[in-house]
Amino acid sequence: MSRIGKIARRTFLIGSAAIVGGVAFGVWKVRQPVPNPLPDSGSLNAFLVIDQRGVTVVTGRAEMGQGAQTTLAALLAEELDIDWPQVRLEHGPASEAYYNAALFEGAIGGADYALRDWQRGVGSALGEVGKLLGTQITGGSTSLRDGFDRLRLAGASAREALKRAAAVRLNTTPDTLRTVGGAVISRDGTRIPYADLAEAAARIEAPQVAPRDPSTWRLLGRELPRPDMPAKVTGTATYGVDVRLPGMKFASVRMNPRLGGTMLSHDPAPALAIEGVERVLDLGDGVAVVARNTWAAMRGVEAVEVDWGPAPYPADTNAFYTRIAQAFGDSPNSTMRDDGDAAGTEATIEAEYRLPYLAHATMEPMTATALFTGEALDLWAPNQTPLVQLKAAAKASGLDEDAVTVHTTFLGGGFGRRLESDYSALAVRVAVQMPGIPVQVTWSREEDITHDTYRPGVIARLRGAVQDGRAVLFDAQVAGEGLMAQAGARMMGLPIAGPDRALVEGLFDQPYAIPHYRVRGHTADVGVPVGFWRSVGSSHNGFVHEGFIDELAHAAGRDPLAFRLDLVRPESAVAAGVLEAVREMSGWDTPKAPGTGRGVALVWSFGTPVAEVVEVVDAGGTIRIARGWIACDVGTALDPGILRAQMEGGMLFGLSAAVHQEITFADGRVEQRNFPDFDAMRMHSAPRLETRILTANPHMGGAGEPGVPPAAPALANALFDLTGVRARELPLWRQFRLVM
Amino acid sequence: MPTVLTINGAERTIDAPGDTPLLWVLRDELSLTGTKFGCGVAACGACTVMIDGEAVRSCQIGLADVWGPVTTIEGLGTVEAPHPLQRAWIRHQVAQCGYCQSGQIMQAADLLARNSDPDDAQIDEAMAGNLCRCGTYGRIRTAIHDAAAQMRGESQ
Repeated sequence: MSRIGKIARRTFLIGSAAIVGGVAFGVWKVRQPVPNPLPDSGSLNAFLVIDQRGVTVVTGRAEMGQGAQTTLAALLAEELDIDWPQVRLEHGPASEAYYNAALFEGAIGGADYALRDWQRGVGSALGEVGKLLGTQITGGSTSLRDGFDRLRLAGASAREALKRAAAVRLNTTPDTLRTVGGAVISRDGTRIPYADLAEAAARIEAPQVAPRDPSTWRLLGRELPRPDMPAKVTGTATYGVDVRLPGMKFASVRMNPRLGGTMLSHDPAPALAIEGVERVLDLGDGVAVVARNTWAAMRGVEAVEVDWGPAPYPADTNAFYTRIAQAFGDSPNSTMRDDGDAAGTEATIEAEYRLPYLAHATMEPMTATALFTGEALDLWAPNQTPLVQLKAAAKASGLDEDAVTVHTTFLGGGFGRRLESDYSALAVRVAVQMPGIPVQVTWSREEDITHDTYRPGVIARLRGAVQDGRAVLFDAQVAGEGLMAQAGARMMGLPIAGPDRALVEGLFDQPYAIPHYRVRGHTADVGVPVGFWRSVGSSHNGFVHEGFIDELAHAAGRDPLAFRLDLVRPESAVAAGVLEAVREMSGWDTPKAPGTGRGVALVWSFGTPVAEVVEVVDAGGTIRIARGWIACDVGTALDPGILRAQMEGGMLFGLSAAVHQEITFADGRVEQRNFPDFDAMRMHSAPRLETRILTANPHMGGAGEPGVPPAAPALANALFDLTGVRARELPLWRQFRLVM
Repeated sequence: MPTVLTINGAERTIDAPGDTPLLWVLRDELSLTGTKFGCGVAACGACTVMIDGEAVRSCQIGLADVWGPVTTIEGLGTVEAPHPLQRAWIRHQVAQCGYCQSGQIMQAADLLARNSDPDDAQIDEAMAGNLCRCGTYGRIRTAIHDAAAQMRGESQ
């Protein structure tokens, strides 16, 4: 159980009112502070627990490898004057207190690089609507953008409250006191630890104070040791699959491989004959097997003989793409960029790009653990959306939401897969059939790969023209499943209508000055479950945009990096800065060794422009991805080590998909089943990487996703440079002999 | 018929079918959850442990076939007393989600037991079977070099 769940009597929660940065748009309702979900408080701060064991920062954000909890805690610790090794991290409960205000900042129409301050203000006000919708979401590369003001203000307010409590005790005024290393210190050297002041401080109305000037930061801006690191390297961190409860049973599921289809009939007898199998449960659209261990359960579900119903979508991948192509004939769902007169400008180059469906393939397969007592339900789930899990668990159990408790464990990877709640709902459906007995439901890798909410496959059609060495026409249409409508309905019960930004992001919002520049999105209704995959639409559109820009550069007879700089400089000095940086880092202008190729790509996503260069080497007929250079501009670099890890991990995630990955369907079923046919970069095939973090961006950008989109086009452009073969489809192993 | 194994130096009696993979014996029968399930087909390395000093994929070894003492990540070192590899992993802040790192560290321990000073190519070859979806490979390589130097008695 989380420590928050059993806080001792001498624990006090102190600090500030819920504080939201930004402008005073919005109505009183959204300005009201949300209730503090932590127990025994009587105060308003949901982020901080001080007790005799020390200081615990409750972030409400998932730890899925991205390190957001660490940097969120550093924001608070910076203001609170506690020593870094004293800091403990907790995820905390499912609560609207942890709504994500930054998530909707990008939800208004424009390209991030060109947003005016007033537009950001409107976006922030929309963000407050997130509080009403209950968007406690770790996603969209927003954690630090969302937490930057909130956690600093919470820390500053708590510090001042502690000083006031100390001032009363010492019969002095707060301005005579200072705070160092988790204690208040008076002029005569009297030192009172925070833990001794917490009870009194919790009763003081939280003072509102401005956060400190960045020039005084001690923790922020440095590479801090992650508090989760020792547990993660000693096998003692608790992921979803590691939850162990007294009397717990292990289970696995096998759902209709034709996603969303029903089960016509099944025979449990072969499963029940397996030693260790205890029960076979009929779930209507699949089966669960409960056993003494997960191995017996997984063998059991495979042994059940099942007759599956048909899929509610076309049978195979070819039919999907036929339907996607048909969407080009419909009027566009969005035209989010329409500069000049693209329709009236003659094209000299046309191309079609096609990208596959993709699975998330987190290292930890889907899993959740549930205990249903008849009146209440506890759910332990590695997830990115605790309130979505809560609602799903309530629905699946028939209980009221306030009878459900969600415990968020460490996540063995998220990548957007764990925004969904299907794994939690399944665990609850199993648990309600065995009241009083905790049960852990773990999917096999095969079940995980074949039952995902996939990155949508897309087709893009492009028209372009160059004149005097510059692009004058960039006219793009992209067609694919409408992700926002489908996922919105599934996750929040709110179909998100209107222009589907996810389909066109990474394409309409890029910082290029091209006189005739149009981007249209055409939503297709294929019916396959699709979801948010790390960097979402930019994951496919980055490849489309930067591949076609490279084609235009080639048509103009120009160096592809210089060609980009000429187009980018007039539009965004910040974006030009990252291009200049990779130019220098990679030695772009120096002669290449024979048998090498270089490619560059620039994508602005989630508030951060990222340029990447890939160098490939012909190793006797097989091509090695030898080196990569990354330059990003996040505006404020709160932890350079974590940022670098996110950028480099993002690039490898993008290269993994580019080289290896596709999800295809036959007979309504996903054909790939495990890592041998859905592989990723390995140590020997991954390039050596070098990263530079720039801070010229006037707005803080995200970190978890922006490293992904430039990877695939930079690699494809490098392969073109080496071989003269232009890749317009992924994965690349189909077209090139690569070291894999 | 119960099976007796030596795990992390302690004798453990396990009453489970002999074909139960060691991975699930460790995780579900003994609650030694540091060893992770990733694929079940020896394609990711998350379940790597040592048997008699040799790194193996525990998802592929049946309980009845375990031929020697077993060392898991819990037996390699602890938060209070970490192994030099674990210290190097902390020093270089290797883990992101961390799910694969037990297997990575056990595989690296096997490498350093056979080769006290591996070069980059030898590290890459030894670690090729261990998948990391977060992309921590560069820091893993650095940490292995560092741990190897510490274990040889050289300071960095």
